Amino acid sequence: MIRLEQVSKTFPGTTVPAVDHVTLEIPEGEICVLLGPSGCGKTTTMKMVNRLIEPSSGQIFIDGKNTAESDPVQLRRSIGYVIQQIGLFPNKTVEDNICLMPDVLGWERAKSRARAAELLDMVAMDPATFLKRYPKELSGGQQQRIGVLRAIAADPPVLLMDEPFGAIDPINREIIQDEFLKMQARIKKTIMFVSHDIDEAVKMADRIAIFNHGRLIQYDTPDKILAQPATNFVSDFVGGDRTLKRLQLLTVKDAMMPDPPRVCAEDTLAKAVALMEENGHRSIVMVGPRGKARGYVELAEARGIKGTVGENHEPLPTTVTPDENLRTAVSTMFRHDRTWLACVDSDGIFKGYVTLRGITHLLSEINRDG
Amino acid sequence: MAEDIVAAAGLRNIWRNALYLMIFMLGAWAWGSGLLPSLFDHWDDIRYLGRQHIELVAISGGLAIVVGVLTGILLTRPRFYRYGEWAIQILNIGATIPTLAVLALSMSVLGIGDTPAIFALFIASLLPIVANTIAGIRAVPPHLLEAARGMGLSSNQILWQVELPNAAFVIYAGIRTALAINVGTAPLAFLIGGGGLGELIFAGISLNEFDTMLAGAIPTALLAVLVDFLMGQVQFWTVPRGVNPLR
Repeated sequence: MIRLEQVSKTFPGTTVPAVDHVTLEIPEGEICVLLGPSGCGKTTTMKMVNRLIEPSSGQIFIDGKNTAESDPVQLRRSIGYVIQQIGLFPNKTVEDNICLMPDVLGWERAKSRARAAELLDMVAMDPATFLKRYPKELSGGQQQRIGVLRAIAADPPVLLMDEPFGAIDPINREIIQDEFLKMQARIKKTIMFVSHDIDEAVKMADRIAIFNHGRLIQYDTPDKILAQPATNFVSDFVGGDRTLKRLQLLTVKDAMMPDPPRVCAEDTLAKAVALMEENGHRSIVMVGPRGKARGYVELAEARGIKGTVGENHEPLPTTVTPDENLRTAVSTMFRHDRTWLACVDSDGIFKGYVTLRGITHLLSEINRDG
Repeated sequence: MAEDIVAAAGLRNIWRNALYLMIFMLGAWAWGSGLLPSLFDHWDDIRYLGRQHIELVAISGGLAIVVGVLTGILLTRPRFYRYGEWAIQILNIGATIPTLAVLALSMSVLGIGDTPAIFALFIASLLPIVANTIAGIRAVPPHLLEAARGMGLSSNQILWQVELPNAAFVIYAGIRTALAINVGTAPLAFLIGGGGLGELIFAGISLNEFDTMLAGAIPTALLAVLVDFLMGQVQFWTVPRGVNPLR
């Protein structure tokens, strides 16, 4: 969808190129995060896409069309643009800010105003309250949401976002990032996203492009970047805890041991012990008649004791769902001082175990095999 | 910048209230001493000269607004941007020339009559308008312009939708200053044959006729208050609420 071919930029009066022969392709509907330290050329690269900066050499294609051949103003109207300072126009109401591009493109007024209300709804801001407000009457987070809505109001297929959430406090940033990802799942824009925050990149990106000194160092999925940094620069930049960062890219499902042995309340402890020994487990989950996780029994406690599981089980301290990310799961384990957790689906049906050992194995395995 | 404007507005308010008080005391005294009733003897003069006076102010002020704002806009376009600094320097020097001297200079070039008077008033009011237009447009935050350009607004759209609305408050402040100078200087137009209420004031002074002088002075003062009030209202209602510190 967006393709850069050998794109370079040398600013007048300098000899070192700010962007040096960058080749990169972003498939349709994906978020590509340009990541790197300040002055690495990522913003310059992005601004060359909508020709706020003209490339010194190389070509940029959007949807197969060479951008150099279209009128810059027309080109930009087909590309959404969000900047860190947001740049909402203080003289316009929220409604008029959102409708900026529809108005410029000559949409019917009724249609554009309905669109504004629909978009506000999408980010859970009440249209009746906010449409007629001015930007100065909004919080920073609300302004940033409007900034994003304004960029997608006329439904451009491509979005450029220059550190869009950089000026927002960490708590609100998380919320807005999640909200934006949810929105992206619906609108499926092709997005070029500039960031200097590795955690943001890992969270938002389908692919990460790491820049340094104007060069594209590595272009890969977040997991590959974290698992197999191409150079020392990349591994330094993503940080010594890069393996821990991978946790949030993986879900419980990836590390879960599915359909493990289980016992019912009526089973004897002897049967539970036999099952555990047979499988080499140190504990076993008790399920109800419909397969809901009810509790567990430990091998050390159950051995040599008579009676049924129902009489001797202990309640599960906590459970996780298969869709949660591993970072949350590990955090839950640490909080409850456990090395394993039972996984249940949204109905409470027992799905499997996830163990600390299993997680460390998964991380090292993917590390090894790629 | 904003503080300056607010401070200037505050100062204007003090002057305005002082003026009200002065007019009131003057009126009370004038009535008591039987001067005011004799003012009505001058009613025809007041009407005729008042109209002339308003014409002087309206034509010179109107021209100054149109030319001043356009010049200010032009000097902030990329093509002429580098001349902006020069222009502001020249305008600042120009603003130090007393308006009476401007009138005299104007007369020496254009002779006597209302044309040189209008021209001098125009020149005297032009400076604050140009200066504030340049300052106002330059003060529009660069990220607004980047957002506008990045989304695909043309230069014209950026001017009308972003630059002018955001600079409007400062531009209006310049216009109000200019009109205050204009109205204040207009009575001097009489000195170079431009007519207006100055005729009554100066005649009153030289003939030592107190009522004649007041017949010119009181309408002049009222006009000054009225013009500033009207401009204040225009400013209040036409600057968008989001960028209007008064709303």
